[in-house]
Amino acid sequence: MRQDIPVIVIGGYLGAGKTTLLNHLLRHADGRKIAILVNEFGDLPIDADLIEAKDDEMIAISGGCICCSFGSDMTAALIKLAQLDPAPDYVVIEASGVAMPGAVAASISFLDGFNLGGVVVLADSERIRAQAADEYLGDTMLRQISDADLIVQTKIDLISSDVVQDVRDWLGSANPKAQVVATAQGRLPPEVILGVEMVAGQPQASAHADAGYESHVFSEIPPCDPMKLAKSLATGGVGIIRGKGFVADHAAQNWLIQIVGERSDVRPAKAGEHIAVVCIGRKGALETGAIGAIFAGGSW
Amino acid sequence: MPNTTIFSAKKIITMNPSCPEASHVAVRDGRILGAGSLEELATWGDYTLDTRFEDKVLMPGFVEGHAHAMEGSLWAKVYCGWFDRADPNGKLWMGVKSVDAVVERLQEAEAVLEDAITPLSGWQLDPIYMDNTTVTRADLDRVSTTRAVGVLHASGHIMNVNTKALELAGMLKQGLNHPGIPLGVDGFPTGELKGPEVMTPVGPFVGYERNMLDADETGLRNFAKLCVRTGTTTITDLASRMDDDAVDVMLRVTNEPNYPVRLMPFRFFMGLSAKELIVAVLAFKKRSTDRLRLGQIKIVVDGSIQGFSARLRWPGYHNGAPNGLWYIAPEHLSELLHLALEAGLQVHTHTNGDQATQLVLEKLGPALQAHPNPDHRFTLQHCQLADAAQFRTAAKLGMCVNLFANHHFYWGDEHYALTVGPDRATRMNACRTALDSGVPMAIHSDAPVTPLGPLFTAWAAVNRITASGRVQGEEERIQVHEALWAITMGAAYTLHLDGEIGSIETGKKADFAVLEADPTACDPMLLKDIGVWGTVQGGRIFPAASL
Repeated sequence: MRQDIPVIVIGGYLGAGKTTLLNHLLRHADGRKIAILVNEFGDLPIDADLIEAKDDEMIAISGGCICCSFGSDMTAALIKLAQLDPAPDYVVIEASGVAMPGAVAASISFLDGFNLGGVVVLADSERIRAQAADEYLGDTMLRQISDADLIVQTKIDLISSDVVQDVRDWLGSANPKAQVVATAQGRLPPEVILGVEMVAGQPQASAHADAGYESHVFSEIPPCDPMKLAKSLATGGVGIIRGKGFVADHAAQNWLIQIVGERSDVRPAKAGEHIAVVCIGRKGALETGAIGAIFAGGSW
Repeated sequence: MPNTTIFSAKKIITMNPSCPEASHVAVRDGRILGAGSLEELATWGDYTLDTRFEDKVLMPGFVEGHAHAMEGSLWAKVYCGWFDRADPNGKLWMGVKSVDAVVERLQEAEAVLEDAITPLSGWQLDPIYMDNTTVTRADLDRVSTTRAVGVLHASGHIMNVNTKALELAGMLKQGLNHPGIPLGVDGFPTGELKGPEVMTPVGPFVGYERNMLDADETGLRNFAKLCVRTGTTTITDLASRMDDDAVDVMLRVTNEPNYPVRLMPFRFFMGLSAKELIVAVLAFKKRSTDRLRLGQIKIVVDGSIQGFSARLRWPGYHNGAPNGLWYIAPEHLSELLHLALEAGLQVHTHTNGDQATQLVLEKLGPALQAHPNPDHRFTLQHCQLADAAQFRTAAKLGMCVNLFANHHFYWGDEHYALTVGPDRATRMNACRTALDSGVPMAIHSDAPVTPLGPLFTAWAAVNRITASGRVQGEEERIQVHEALWAITMGAAYTLHLDGEIGSIETGKKADFAVLEADPTACDPMLLKDIGVWGTVQGGRIFPAASL
């Protein structure tokens, strides 16, 4: 049986920078086969130079990625994707500007072959606060933000650093459960959006030494209660944006744990996996000492 | 010399203000030569006198401005509604009043199926009237454990399925965590599936394919039969996904010599970008025929009031539910309005909540300044919660409204008690205010949401009775002649067809509703009970009895 495909839901209003982020992601896919699902091709979401072929339903993208439009029937499009051979490594759903990304994410939960890899909501640094106060859109914007595991604060190059911080604080208070990361031109390491990559069955530390992010491999992990461990990592305020890896419980059963924001996912893994967890955070904000203490069993 | 037929009738209500009543109508080449006395019409020369309608009352063929051809396809499934309802063949299905009765009706349909695996599907279940009892998979397992069984609710947004259906869809498992999939005490789904995204994986196993919105050939023919039985000669399909195949099917079926109705499908806005949509609809428009009018767009702005997904202005939902959902971003709406005006394509917008209506009004103003069109007739569909100021603005902008008069009967009590509260429930679908504000108005059934039947719809607008028998909003009642105008000329106007249909006068299509009694002479409470003999459409005669 093959592994469930992680699905990442990207939300945020029109102009929040979803297209820019997706194109950056595709340019840095590095061999990952990413399937992007968009509502409609419309104003084409994919940069022309990345496109290899296009028909009514699918765009083939260099590097083995694809982009599909699903019109009004996302579930049907996902079912079709699951039947592709080879299957994509990741599915990224671009939710429409007024959709509730949490509702989109919830509908992944009952589909066989998929596993929610997180809800990422983009907020335009310049406009989000005005949008959140808009008579028509305000409540929709706030609900989108509160659905997020990870909030991407975009277009920070267009405003002063003071304002960047103000908006960041505001986003943090609008959804205290989410991690907030800031970017210009959607330049985020793919691991932040997609989660930690597996190579030969092992989670990999980020190959991208992008300014602003760091990743760390923790391998001193004694047998534990995997659920409690994952929860402590996700909610411990230790700066983990994404985490993934294998741990063993007291009965020597292996478990795969995955973390995005305060969301954690724990599922059984086969015997023989290498016990180690990779954590990604903002440079300087990833509290490796505290995380190490959690793994060592100090706080759970 | 062309053939002229002169029909005599007990009375002809023309809806033509300069000659409101006549005893005879002359028809030539499928069109009306004139209405008046036999002497007047005889001046056109040779004619054949046809007296078959001598004891009938003729009206212009009714025009239904908001229905879905899907109604025709649904009748291939088992009717499980609360209210009595006639099928395309004229059989009256009694409403089912309990879960046991639903199960029994499905069992009867199951008993005649020959194999053990063909899925069985029902429709129009409405537990609101059964104290919101949940139909469980155990209930439906009593129908069959070997075939998938699924029953769609009247709202179209909820479905109940049996264990076999869940199993086939891979959803018979524990640990599902979705607000649209309630779980039983055993941790397995109860079989209730709420929302299109959770219905989709199961739909194909229980006979509900994804493209239900587009009627198949049989569905289109059944839809037309319902039209004949209700006196309807022109009807919309609002909306259709309209891929090329669906258009081919519609062209083929409506072109059949005995297809009795003029169909006007609107292209659903989703699935294409604004620019692509305009190009696609302009291309459809070129393929129009007399009986298939293509080239209009439908935009859905918000959800439904009883589903708490309509967008409401302050003070929001009466029970404190959070505001509803936008189905289109305001910028996207604005872009579509601009492009459609520029291209000369008509747009009808679904807005249930008053905030959704307000958004359309605010976006259309600037679009009209950029692309002036004094006769666009963009229409607010449903527009159930509009207040007087919104109707005045709509009138100033040149918009029309098509109000959901039937809804008031079916869900008015629910709105009063739960969704919007007494004040706003009382002014929902405010026909009186709309007319007094000078906005051109139609009224509709939204079939299959409520049954097709323009005379019932007129009755609902005239009497404003709710299902529990209360008059709700007596100040918003309208006169019988106004309601009859709304189901003929009013609806024709919203479709830009008022020069061709909607009244019995020289030059228009020979489209008649043939009635057993005079709706202007009966007790207004009996409007809905007037018998319909059939129709005349384009001069062709369609008795309901020989469908």
